[in-house]
Amino acid sequence: MSDATLPRFRAATEEAPLLRAALIGIAVAGLTVLVFAPLIVVFAEALKDGWLVAVQSLGNRDARSAIHLTLLITAIAVPANAAFGIAAAWFITKFDFRGKAFLITLIDLPFSVSPVVAGLCIVLLFGANSVLGGWLVAHGWPIVFAIPGIVLATIFVTFPFVARELIPVMIEQGRAEEEAALTLGASGWRTFRTVTLPNIRWALLYGTLLCTARAMGEFGAVAVVSGKIRGQTATMPITIEMLYNEYLSVAAFSMAALLTALALVTLLLKTLLEVTHADQLAAIRRH
Amino acid sequence: MPTSLPPSAATEEAALHIDIDEIAKSFGGTTALLPVSLNIPSGALVALLGPSGSGKTTLLRILGGLEFPTSGRVLFNGQDATGMTVQDRRAGFVFQSYALFRHMTVFDNIAYGLRARPRGQRPPKAEIARRVTRLLDLIQLPDIAGRYPTQLSGGQRQRVALARALAIEPRMLLLDEPFGALDAKVRKELRQGLRDIHDETGLTTVFVTHDQDEAMELADLVVVMSMGRIEQIGKPQDIRAKPATPFVRDFISA
Ligand SMILES: Nc1ncnc2c1ncn2[C@@H]1O[C@H](COP(=O)(O)OP(=O)(O)OP(=O)(O)O)[C@@H](O)[C@H]1O
Ligand SMILES: [Mg+2]
Repeated sequence: MSDATLPRFRAATEEAPLLRAALIGIAVAGLTVLVFAPLIVVFAEALKDGWLVAVQSLGNRDARSAIHLTLLITAIAVPANAAFGIAAAWFITKFDFRGKAFLITLIDLPFSVSPVVAGLCIVLLFGANSVLGGWLVAHGWPIVFAIPGIVLATIFVTFPFVARELIPVMIEQGRAEEEAALTLGASGWRTFRTVTLPNIRWALLYGTLLCTARAMGEFGAVAVVSGKIRGQTATMPITIEMLYNEYLSVAAFSMAALLTALALVTLLLKTLLEVTHADQLAAIRRH
Repeated sequence: MPTSLPPSAATEEAALHIDIDEIAKSFGGTTALLPVSLNIPSGALVALLGPSGSGKTTLLRILGGLEFPTSGRVLFNGQDATGMTVQDRRAGFVFQSYALFRHMTVFDNIAYGLRARPRGQRPPKAEIARRVTRLLDLIQLPDIAGRYPTQLSGGQRQRVALARALAIEPRMLLLDEPFGALDAKVRKELRQGLRDIHDETGLTTVFVTHDQDEAMELADLVVVMSMGRIEQIGKPQDIRAKPATPFVRDFISA
């Protein structure tokens, strides 16, 4: 390399200017096509005939029922998964036992299994034709094609979010503070409440927000177990699909816009959290 | 400063004497401790001295109730305490990394053990504040009550950890490499500080170290360990004068 012709040295990790421009171009194009454009389209389609029509389409009985149902499912699935996630992360990080690696893999299972397959498994296990399902139906507790099935499907699909956020944080923090609390006379529960929980609170909130966004939007598994009964087991995503298939485009996109807005709110909260508590969250992002 | 003493259990009852009777410990396949026996007299300041991996921490944790032995017994004042819970043991434990509660101020750290007591035995708020202040005076850091652990130097953290352990009016004091993470000058100062606190409280105290100077200078009784075994138990001068095994001779002349 003839250094006389080079005006300045490039850092080892710095790309050539042309390549850099190309990479930035690809990134911007990708974001526009894949993220911004769909977002804009959703809201534009919803508001095509004006605010009033869009809002009215959300006001009918079936639409209101879908919104209620999605909020109800989320309100059950998210706290349940927060509790399961804390329990799983606690168990994995604070105790030594055989098969730990296997259990960690198991926690990730819902991420790798297709939601549709998960839904089918629930139908097989709890459907009216199965032993368990038959018994439950006979006793007035239908699971499949009813709300409990949707809750189960949603819990399964969104299970990993909280646990995956907590495990790296709890591994990094170790057991020393908990042990200190115990030697100072605190009970196990008090130790959990006053030492463990405050130490993981930001990771917990972060995982819960991700879980919420996903729980509201879950389609595949819910589609299989819900039976898509309008006004009863049709959640927001299911309703959107049904409306769209019936060429009720404004109604479909109005509901889609509402679902998107709910997701955006959780994303906004998540971003706010990242800005204000960057240091506590740093441990999470290392995984 | 005898007036600034925390009211210690040891000042009311005679200090604890501890008997370790054929304690062994293994973790899955690895043996951390072969059967070891040791008598710790009431009020003694004992050093567990040995190279890395010799089982010092394991033995200390068994005394504190953080680990349970695979076989053997622990006796406190002659009574079997092998299965006693960590809470019931009331051991003031100072961890190697201090393990201060990072989301609490120094005040709340020190007050933790008093607030964790069952309602009937919990001192009132004002009394807790009084005791915390007294302990901060004892460790000669009266002005740091409002700080968080990350805002303290290593030596300050170590002293706060000691104050937190003393706050529960412990029956014994257990310290795992209390000066391990500190530079030589601070180590020397804190060494004397520990001796003073031991002499004032009269508490039976066991500390772990791999620094033979520290053990010889500070302890009444030195326990030399190697590979899960106790090689020799004796007064510092006796160990120097008559090392019992080739290992001890090599280790203390190193
Ligand atoms: N929780 C555990 N699981 C498995 N093995 C362990 C565990 N704790 C200790 N050991 C093993 O037991 C042996 C003794 O460990 P210990 O921590 O008591 O040594 P130590 O004398 O304190 O060493 P150091 O000076 O390095 O702290 C070591 O071989 C260690 O690997
Ligand atoms: Mg150790």
